Amino acid sequence: MSAILTLAHRDLIKLLRDRARIVSDFAFPLIFIGILGTSLQAGFGGATSFNLLHFVFTGVLAQTIWQSTALGVISLLMDREQDFSQEIFVSPISRYSIIFGKILGESLVAFPQFLAILIFGLILGVPFTLEKIVAMIPAALIIAVYGGAFGVLVLSRLENQRQANQIFPFVMLPQFFLAGIFNPIQNLPPFLDILTKIAPMRYAVDLIRDVYYGSGSGVPIFDLPTNLAIIGAEFAVFMVLGTAGFVRAERNR
Amino acid sequence: MIHLEGLTKRYKKADRNAVDGLSFDVRAGEFFALLGPNGAGKSTTISILTTTLSPTGGTATIDGHDIVREASAVRRIVGIIFQRPSLDMNLTAEENVRFHAILYGLYPYAPSYGLMPAAYREQVQSLAKLLGIADEIQKPVRTFSGGMRRKLEIVRSLMHRPKVLFLDEPTAGLDVPSRRTLWEYLTAIRRDSGTTIFLTTHYLEEAEEADTICIIDKGKVVSFGTPERIKRDLVQEYVLIDADDRAQLRQELGRLELRSDGDGPFRVHVDSRHTHAALKAIDTPLTLVRTHMPSLEDAYLEIVGTASE
Repeated sequence: MSAILTLAHRDLIKLLRDRARIVSDFAFPLIFIGILGTSLQAGFGGATSFNLLHFVFTGVLAQTIWQSTALGVISLLMDREQDFSQEIFVSPISRYSIIFGKILGESLVAFPQFLAILIFGLILGVPFTLEKIVAMIPAALIIAVYGGAFGVLVLSRLENQRQANQIFPFVMLPQFFLAGIFNPIQNLPPFLDILTKIAPMRYAVDLIRDVYYGSGSGVPIFDLPTNLAIIGAEFAVFMVLGTAGFVRAERNR
Repeated sequence: MIHLEGLTKRYKKADRNAVDGLSFDVRAGEFFALLGPNGAGKSTTISILTTTLSPTGGTATIDGHDIVREASAVRRIVGIIFQRPSLDMNLTAEENVRFHAILYGLYPYAPSYGLMPAAYREQVQSLAKLLGIADEIQKPVRTFSGGMRRKLEIVRSLMHRPKVLFLDEPTAGLDVPSRRTLWEYLTAIRRDSGTTIFLTTHYLEEAEEADTICIIDKGKVVSFGTPERIKRDLVQEYVLIDADDRAQLRQELGRLELRSDGDGPFRVHVDSRHTHAALKAIDTPLTLVRTHMPSLEDAYLEIVGTASE
């Protein structure tokens, strides 16, 4: 337990002392929401009588948290040969502690991003009630941990950073659209419908929309219990397969 | 202390073994140097011995613990200085040390220096004094010089009092003065704590200080023993001679039963004490006589030279 807390602590202070990273971590979601969300709303919002800024805002909020922990965990691959992380891999702590510490640490790293996007949303006039804000916090934590589990699964299938960079366009980028962050994913042709249901990020986005709009509002596709059940099941599968694969692959290079 | 038996590693998709049947022993308290050119398998050997890489063949034990079956026990008793810097630059020196101490189970987790047990704070203060960085211990490592960072890594790796300290090319990237002070520091540590030191290097002069040198090349042991013994093994003395009438000279060398090779000039293998007698016995008029007595450095360069071709 001490080891897990230490690893998480390290990730958090590394973020807080790295100004360039803070800027880049916060810039992307703000660009998406500020430019894409606002312009979509200005152009099509009136015609659709549906607020596209709010739609993009909730999508990017979930995507940022989910992707932040997923990529953070995958970065273990590169870290193994750098800085203090080399020490982590030769220390007597278990490989499972490394995984849990990393997921916890990356979730802590995602949290300030969550707060920043939330504040940005308030500034842009996205309406919020206090209850909604409070309900968002556990949802954000669930999404962070879920993203981390997905990261572990991807990590266990990769051998080096080069591979990680190569698969990014196939694993992360399509999910931006399959998850319905900016675009609707209802009434799709069957092959696309299947793809969107496979994309794990989609359930993270849907979960946030359940919390923001409410399950019965027609905006989220699945209701809250369904999304939670799918996320829970996938989390368990990702963790078991990913951790086992990681521990095995780690030493058999 | 360390025992290797036929240790072998072939990386996935590699067509030859990176480490090819290494067998040797390192005694407790010894200063052991694994010497070899780049790509000889030194880092692979260290990775296997420190349990971050599984061997594909053979066995190894450290202090009686099998490196595969008892990996966690092995990790507890070894310390490692990596080839690449292993400090977090944005963290302070103290944080780097603290995280190490907690990961090795020396102290329970606490979120700040002030909340750590008094025993830990005393240990850190005495370390800082030893390194002469009492004022800088709370500053980011980024502000430290290369030599100071290396020292901090060594100090950190000794926090859990390892029985064996592995150093993977520790002086790479250091200037000469830092290299020298680092060396004096290591010698002092060994004298005070009796820690076994396992060093890899491709600099011969660093290995010459060792009790035992093991030279490896292409994953195999080329030479093993004390620096003196290595010298005897590697250093070949010979006399290079030549004549206008090479056929006659070759015949004569055969008749005198002098061991030689080459088609002219000929390398005649005699040690320096018998050179004179050997030359006197040759009647063929010689056009070239040159004695060859390489230093250990030359001998090593010959191995390294052939390896890199």
